[in-house]
Amino acid sequence: MNWLIENAGQIWQLTLIHAGLSVPPIIVGLVLSVPIGWLANRYRASRGTVLAIVGILYAVPSLPLFLVLPSIIGTKVLDPANVVISLSIYAVAIMVRTASDAFAAVDVDVLLAATAVGFSTWRRFWSVELPLAGPVLLSGIRVVSVSTISLVSVGSVIGVPSLGYFFLRGFQVGFPLEIGVGIVGTIVIAVVFDLILAGLGRVLMPWTHRRSRRTRVAIRDETPELVEAA
Amino acid sequence: MIEFRSVTKEFPDGTVAVRDFSLVIPSRRITVLVGSSGSGKTTILRMINRMVDPTSGVIEIDGNDVSTLEPVKLRRSIGYVMQNSGLLPHRKVADNIATVPLLRGVKRKDARVRALELMDAVGLDRSLADRYPSQLSGGQQQRVGVARGLAVDPNILLLDEPFGAVDPLVRAELQQELLRLQHDLDKTVVFVTHDIDEAFLLGHQVVIFKKGGLVAQVGTPQEILADPADEFVAKFIGADRGKRALRVRSEAGRDVLVDSEGRAAGVLVTDDDEAGAVAAASGASAQGDQPR
Ligand SMILES: Nc1ncnc2c1ncn2[C@@H]1O[C@H](COP(=O)(O)OP(=O)(O)O)[C@@H](O)[C@H]1O
Ligand SMILES: [Mg+2]
Repeated sequence: MNWLIENAGQIWQLTLIHAGLSVPPIIVGLVLSVPIGWLANRYRASRGTVLAIVGILYAVPSLPLFLVLPSIIGTKVLDPANVVISLSIYAVAIMVRTASDAFAAVDVDVLLAATAVGFSTWRRFWSVELPLAGPVLLSGIRVVSVSTISLVSVGSVIGVPSLGYFFLRGFQVGFPLEIGVGIVGTIVIAVVFDLILAGLGRVLMPWTHRRSRRTRVAIRDETPELVEAA
Repeated sequence: MIEFRSVTKEFPDGTVAVRDFSLVIPSRRITVLVGSSGSGKTTILRMINRMVDPTSGVIEIDGNDVSTLEPVKLRRSIGYVMQNSGLLPHRKVADNIATVPLLRGVKRKDARVRALELMDAVGLDRSLADRYPSQLSGGQQQRVGVARGLAVDPNILLLDEPFGAVDPLVRAELQQELLRLQHDLDKTVVFVTHDIDEAFLLGHQVVIFKKGGLVAQVGTPQEILADPADEFVAKFIGADRGKRALRVRSEAGRDVLVDSEGRAAGVLVTDDDEAGAVAAASGASAQGDQPR
């Protein structure tokens, strides 16, 4: 208990740093995978190749990547950018497949109708395809969020600070409480991020939360119409 | 007026959907394209608003070759309604109806006012304006689709089997509404269906298709019924059976019409006889209502 109180400042600080390192890869993952996934879906022939490439990217182990990246892009070994860039690569690797599935799942009749009433391709993408791919994109980005937050800890091994630091040191000195703080802190960040993402989804995609009323409403409304028609 | 001149459409996979098709679609009338599935009706409809471009031939709207018109602009000037409505599931009913005005840059507030008026016009309660399409019945969704098609007050309205997926009672009602709307608004309507009854009910001009976008016959319903061009048309319209093949039978001194199964379909009257027949008919039904 004493340890917790004595180290509260550091725990809080590392939690913020951990969260801060997690945000850019999640955003990069979303922003890059949307156009790649869209193109992979639009140009069917490219889909297999694109998915194979991202599959290979994802198979690259994280620790070696952290270590090799500086020599490839010329950063310092301890630069947090190594972690951010590596995790962005994983985020894209996970999200491209989801994004491609998300666009594939959009009802073609709706797209056709949108074109028929006069949406340009560009306008249709922003106003129709992207929002309708939204629910699947959201589910993908929630997975990316959790995976990124847990992978940030690995960066501690190469000396980039995060909650992984407690985890690592707890093991080294055989102090379970410290390990626990590392684990619980990571879970708390993951839960908070997930709640934020789910909340954003509700605000940005209000139509997805009215579905449950569908059957009831439809039945109630059909009746007067039938009576009218009869 | 819309005119097709020797239009052929071959898709990249080699399917010839439409072959050497020529037709004049008169303004302010309903032209119905009818034929079985795969006969090229949808392809023909989509060539009008350049969703599909013909392989050869010319399509003109009021003398303007559509291939010279900018597709997005052209589409915004033509109403389009399809089966399963094609509504945007993430937009509320009023926003769906206002889709094209909003694309054209009409102010949100004005577009909404117009959308609510259109809801009245197609028989939708205004209280549905803030629902999502998934919260409506199939019939209501089709009404929204029609309202969206009318939103920019287009001269031309294209409908592709718009009532194909709603139940028969609602369909009958929607058909009557469409006739009323066309009568009131004077649109040039091109309507696709595979249902010959629907075609004869709605069409001023009916075009019957065979496979491969070949025209079997063009004419008014009366012309086609009176003189089917060939065996195929006769069979397609069912001229030889059911309620289309009526026979005269003398019954109690009157000529009664019966169908091929012998069911009474009506009585035969001459034009100046009509008033009397109506009286007779209402008398008969009044008698039928008497308790025994
Ligand atoms: N995009 C396309 N590519 C290839 N073939 C098509 C395409 N669209 C339609 N077809 C074919 O063209 C023919 C006519 O189709 P369509 O116009 O949809 O007929 P209908 O509306 O009368 O059912 C069918 O054989 C159909 O399979
Ligand atoms: Mg069709």
